[in-house]
Amino acid sequence: MEALDIIKPENQVFCKSQLMTGNALSYCPGCGHGTANNLIMEVIDEMGISEDTIGVAPVGCSVLAYDFMNIDMTQAAHGRAPAVATAIARTWPEKYVFTYQGDGDLAAIGTAETIHACNRGENMVIFFVNNGIYGMTGGQMAPTTLEGMKSSTSPYGREIASMGSPLKITELIANLPGVYSVSRHALHTHKHVRKAKIAIRQAFENTRLKKGLSFIEILSNCNSGWKMTPNDANIWMEENMFPYFPLGDIKVEGKLKV
Amino acid sequence: MSELKLMKGNEALAEAAIRAGVDAYFGYPITPQTEIIEYLMNERPEKRTGMVVLQAESEIAAINMVYGAASTGKKALTSSSSPGISLKLEGISYLAGAELPAVIVNVVRGGPGLGTIQPSQADYFQSVKGGGHGDYKLYVLAPASVQEMADFVEDAFDIAFKYRAPVLILSDGLIGQMMEKVILKDQKPRRTDAELIEKNGDWAATGKKGRERNIITSLDLQSEKMEARVHRLQKKYAQMEKEDLRFEKINCDDAEYLIVAYGSSARISQKAVELARAKGIKVGLLRPITLFPFPKKELFELADQVNGILSVELNAGQMVEDVRLSVEHKVPVEHFGRTGGIIHTPEEILEALEQKIINNGSIRHHKTRESSIL
Amino acid sequence: MAKVKGAIVVDTQICKGCEVCIPVCQEKVIAMSSEVNRKGYHYAYMNNPEACNGCTNCGIVCPDRAITVYRVKVST
Repeated sequence: MEALDIIKPENQVFCKSQLMTGNALSYCPGCGHGTANNLIMEVIDEMGISEDTIGVAPVGCSVLAYDFMNIDMTQAAHGRAPAVATAIARTWPEKYVFTYQGDGDLAAIGTAETIHACNRGENMVIFFVNNGIYGMTGGQMAPTTLEGMKSSTSPYGREIASMGSPLKITELIANLPGVYSVSRHALHTHKHVRKAKIAIRQAFENTRLKKGLSFIEILSNCNSGWKMTPNDANIWMEENMFPYFPLGDIKVEGKLKV
Repeated sequence: MSELKLMKGNEALAEAAIRAGVDAYFGYPITPQTEIIEYLMNERPEKRTGMVVLQAESEIAAINMVYGAASTGKKALTSSSSPGISLKLEGISYLAGAELPAVIVNVVRGGPGLGTIQPSQADYFQSVKGGGHGDYKLYVLAPASVQEMADFVEDAFDIAFKYRAPVLILSDGLIGQMMEKVILKDQKPRRTDAELIEKNGDWAATGKKGRERNIITSLDLQSEKMEARVHRLQKKYAQMEKEDLRFEKINCDDAEYLIVAYGSSARISQKAVELARAKGIKVGLLRPITLFPFPKKELFELADQVNGILSVELNAGQMVEDVRLSVEHKVPVEHFGRTGGIIHTPEEILEALEQKIINNGSIRHHKTRESSIL
Repeated sequence: MAKVKGAIVVDTQICKGCEVCIPVCQEKVIAMSSEVNRKGYHYAYMNNPEACNGCTNCGIVCPDRAITVYRVKVST
């Protein structure tokens, strides 16, 4: 059978989501943001909730997420997305509200907003894309940069003594009673993508059932910031970030997994 | 039911917000305006109208909550005092840039820094000359009574939604804390989601039902688009100046001297005018009600009539600069004002008027009170 | 059991040549073209089309969703 015989509309089993605008993504080649943007929209489309979802974009590489995601979105000041989303979720209690944030946005400047929205148990979803670096501004150290990891503001590698340890913000907020579910994923292989998709769907289900706050951390490469090829960066991520930030469920249905 | 009550300024503002159908209030405690959130929490407006009231973790969080609610077309209110407003300035700039309707209340205290909790008017520059970054202006309403604290809430939201712009109610600790009679309007119901979508669905991010998606952003990386955005904002401000300027003239018709004052300084200056008139001095009072737009034309015309102008403000000299700009050197303009939380008296104002404007003479020091007339 | 046969279509202008699709293809179908697109990226293509079974692994890891996947059942 020739490829041309197979490539027919009725045989299509996967294509890009209709819920993306179709604008070319401005993310670097191989960046996990692209996969994450697409995957979230695929879930929202499949769940049929695109007309009732409002996303909050951060400052960072994904500031332009609203150019790619074909839903109503508002762009928030750096770190403040959880506060912005809190107000939307409270004034429109029947809507699905999510924030989409990087590690600087969520765990540096936005630490207070992150913790307090989680503590209040706002009925929404927080997507936390953690690549251990500040991509948009040129590769500076982030709260989640690993010890010894080089960045433009830790050119000799992160030193715990002067710069502190990489911040396990996800484990921190998982301890807050208001947080209903917490899980950590990656998107660099098909297996990880399929697992993440289930978690994303469950998160929006949690919103529908008014369970409180669902928190999904997505570990990603930043091949530009880390100065590697995408595939090398993904291997580096598996070897270095996974041990410190383990994948899997951290909190399920309001209970921490031990 | 419209009601006559004796209320504190801050509380009247809070009650008026409920009655005006405000959808949400987000705030953080800071003296001298904490009564606003305390009153709202006590009143349980979620039971009266479904209004959301939330004590945020900081003034920064609160202004961003306002931004969030405003993104969806809801009427959102926040309040703070001077240092807290400084924290909000980035959020206010975002509101202006993203063209969102919202109302912010500043009950001014002495500054700079942590300052003092007593009243001042030292946030004029912050309010009128931007404060936050970028080419934007705030429409600024300056209440001078508890009645205006109440009435200006609805006025502010009307302007905010007319222009899709943030509006500032610039009060001070004196107006916020004092008690006066106030007539409260009838309860207006909050807009239903359907009404909101009908009115503002063309831009508000309410969920894209039956339309293309709406995006709320203040970012424009393409310079031509950014310039177009900035020009769009300036057009709004020009229209505000044309259509929504507010001021009050008291005893100006035959005035030979003029006092310009807003807020609590205007109230005290009214008494100073009375004292002056009793001494045969023909002085009038121009009270700007909006600080932006500023009564530039009015001042320019009054400058032909009077011999000198005294800008009375509880600060080291802020509005006086705009008064000087407005009269274009036609007539001497001086400033008088106590600072540090001290409230000037009508007698002090009259003395300053006499010394700085009428007699243009030397400085006398009080024996009983330390005066900082410079 | 019926066999499946697959094929992918790569939007060569959207592909950024990141090569993340290659390690996830169990059948080693994909390689990078020596040609470049308008942006100067080498794009992915089916180097070994016979082996493709339309599993969609490549499609779902592609950050730019440059890959559309097709699959048919084939009677043996």
